[in-house]
Amino acid sequence: MSSASSTTSGATKPASTRANPANKWEAAADWTDGRLGIYSLAKANLRKIFPDHWSFMLGEICLYTFIIIILTGVYLTLFFKPSMGEVIYNGSYVPLKGISMSEAYASTLDISFEVRGGLLIRQIHHWAALVFVAAMLVHMMRVFFTGAFRKPREVNWVFGFLLLVLGMFDGFFGYSLPDDLLSGTGIRFMEGAILAVPVIGTYIQMFLYGGEFPGHDIIPRFFTIHVLLIPGIMLGLLVAHLILVFYHKHTQWAGPGKTEKNVVGMPLMPVYMAKAGGFFFLVFGLIAVISAIASINPIWAYGPYRPDQVSTDAQPDWYMGFSEGLIRVMPGWEISLWGHTLNLGVFVPLMIFPLVLVAIAVYPFIEGWITGDKREHHILDRPRNAPVRTALGAAWISLYLVLLIGGGNDLFATHLHLSLNDITYFVRIGFFVVPVITFIVTKRWCLGLQRRDKEKVLHGRETGVIKRLPHGEFVEVHAQLPQKDLYKLTAHEQVQPVQLPAQTDENGVAGKAGIFTRTRAKLSRGFYGEGSQIPKPTAEEHHEITSGHGHH
Amino acid sequence: MKKLSARRRHPLAALVVLLLALAATGGLYAAFAPADKAQADVAAQSLAIDEGKKLFAVGCSSCHGLNGQGSSAGPSLVGVGSASVDFQVGTGRMPAQQPGAQVPSKQNIYSQAEIDQLAAFVASLGPGPVTPTKEQYTSTNPDDISKGGELFRTNCAQCHNFAGQGGALTKGKYAPSLEGADAKHIYEAMQTGPQNMPSFPDTTMPEEQKKQIVAFVRHTNSDEPNPGGLTLGSLGPVTEGLFGWIFGLGTLIAVAIWVAAHTTKAKKS
Repeated sequence: MSSASSTTSGATKPASTRANPANKWEAAADWTDGRLGIYSLAKANLRKIFPDHWSFMLGEICLYTFIIIILTGVYLTLFFKPSMGEVIYNGSYVPLKGISMSEAYASTLDISFEVRGGLLIRQIHHWAALVFVAAMLVHMMRVFFTGAFRKPREVNWVFGFLLLVLGMFDGFFGYSLPDDLLSGTGIRFMEGAILAVPVIGTYIQMFLYGGEFPGHDIIPRFFTIHVLLIPGIMLGLLVAHLILVFYHKHTQWAGPGKTEKNVVGMPLMPVYMAKAGGFFFLVFGLIAVISAIASINPIWAYGPYRPDQVSTDAQPDWYMGFSEGLIRVMPGWEISLWGHTLNLGVFVPLMIFPLVLVAIAVYPFIEGWITGDKREHHILDRPRNAPVRTALGAAWISLYLVLLIGGGNDLFATHLHLSLNDITYFVRIGFFVVPVITFIVTKRWCLGLQRRDKEKVLHGRETGVIKRLPHGEFVEVHAQLPQKDLYKLTAHEQVQPVQLPAQTDENGVAGKAGIFTRTRAKLSRGFYGEGSQIPKPTAEEHHEITSGHGHH
Repeated sequence: MKKLSARRRHPLAALVVLLLALAATGGLYAAFAPADKAQADVAAQSLAIDEGKKLFAVGCSSCHGLNGQGSSAGPSLVGVGSASVDFQVGTGRMPAQQPGAQVPSKQNIYSQAEIDQLAAFVASLGPGPVTPTKEQYTSTNPDDISKGGELFRTNCAQCHNFAGQGGALTKGKYAPSLEGADAKHIYEAMQTGPQNMPSFPDTTMPEEQKKQIVAFVRHTNSDEPNPGGLTLGSLGPVTEGLFGWIFGLGTLIAVAIWVAAHTTKAKKS
């Protein structure tokens, strides 16, 4: 084991050039260390500790699907021709023989039917993209509901949010590239949305499309945006996101021995290297299996895009579905001003679309402002212990789901035998009502769970053992929770609402708090006031009850 | 001529003229009358109409009236033609089970012979689209599939979807799925425009094009496997998204839970 110890001593002196490496591998490692300083890097990071919980692996799913998308995407660029030049199809897919189409569409057909493994790679690329965005959303919700966005992680929250938005748009651009009947309809829709913007809409449309729709520029431009611009930005953000995860260290659940100052878990090397590496192959394998058995974006069935054709079931991929819902349920209002038409039916949804996303993105900053909390937080909140936050998150999800129903209103109509118009009216009303109901229900649900926790701490868990007392009464025996569980259920701190400063100053002159201060105090009462949290059991209460005699 | 003219008021003149007229009529009839076979057809046709009228009185008249003149419960059938009857009864849509946004297809309870009799009766009410023959809707040219596909995407896909899976219309109405639809019925639907469908008469869409569309629909619905695997209903990105969430992300989260649950045990000291 002398070689091992010499390696360790070498690690303490980066850029060392030792005389006698034990074998050629060590020599190679020394050579690399002399130039890149890998020993000190490895020493600092290989033993980095990560906590263990399945929900901390959601981000890993995002990372791995992103890698899969890049790998398969590179393969697809080898064969895809981003051109709107017109060709007559003469490939092996019989139902399109002799049809004129763009080169982009023809080359996608060739990828699907002539290129070896092409269809599988295309399907892996597309399925991985759907799962990528879904995983990002779930990962973001995990961070949201556990309060992992609090200081010092607000910037990383914003990075993650930008990755989600960029992922959505890159997905949309990728979906548009094959120039099939479905995606062409999407590009046409985008043109309409741009044109609905007052004053600058027509200029942006002409600039982006290089002339009247469809023109010859849009597919090549989308191609550059899809394979170069957005993935480049995403890659940079992803690296920054991961560096910050390393720098901040991972959050953890409350538990005995876990504090705001430590991380309890296992080291990166060897435990998480093995687990994360293995998980990558599981993710890749599962996506490959799905891609091998289930068709996605069957562009051959859609046919080539022609502006005079359209198919029903023309929807975007799921992550753009809520924008589709907005546009489908918005009444087709128009107003005419000084000879110009303002198309509210399209313009209003176009403005609400970013608001839906931004609403969730700014939440950490709003909460930080209300609490005025400047401390670092590395212990996660259980969602029930932050009822208003949890209820707001649930309300946002319900709004998102209502809009998704609006986006797929035709399929809900045909498959549930409902009237399309009824679904549209439901979504119009539900857009305003469902989030409110969800908020109220979730908040009460959280409070109920807090009460349940309190009861468990004070009275123990129900054992299912029924005892008959001498005077005939039946009681169920409760068992005290183990110390560890008691700690977990009571570890959370309960924020107290901020108080308004005294109404009179030191000279007795009546002063009035500013509108911001008053709003903040009001919100704080709403978030953390009496109706928004159940006082957690104190040690005294617990002691009093457990030291008493008999049962309760 | 004078002799003839002088006798024109003879008491028997009228009789002679009548005989001549009868002979002419008979002669003309003998010359122009249809052959024996045609005479039998007419007999069969009128028999079919009679039989059809009886069937109509039992199954259809409560809504469409005894003479197909229509009522508040059902439209007039004058001029809808035999193709309409063949489609509506052949697909089980008629007789309707109940009123509603749209009459769905169901198990057909009439034999083809009975349908033909009903069709003959309704066709006798006024001229209309005629039931197509097999040659009209059966394509033999393989190029027809791709031409039909283009026509289908131009004329049909906006309601019936790119793969003929059907789609929603307003207020509970819908374009039905074309899966398993008979070639003849597809052709007749285009001819007659049943329920909420617009009609595509030969003046708008020539016979040849209808045949091509039928060829495309038949090819799309054939048992040939989909190149990409499961079609997920051929309903576009909505079902794909649902599948991706449930079987993609759902399974991956299950795998994550499994991986997180299996870890090296920390040494407890």
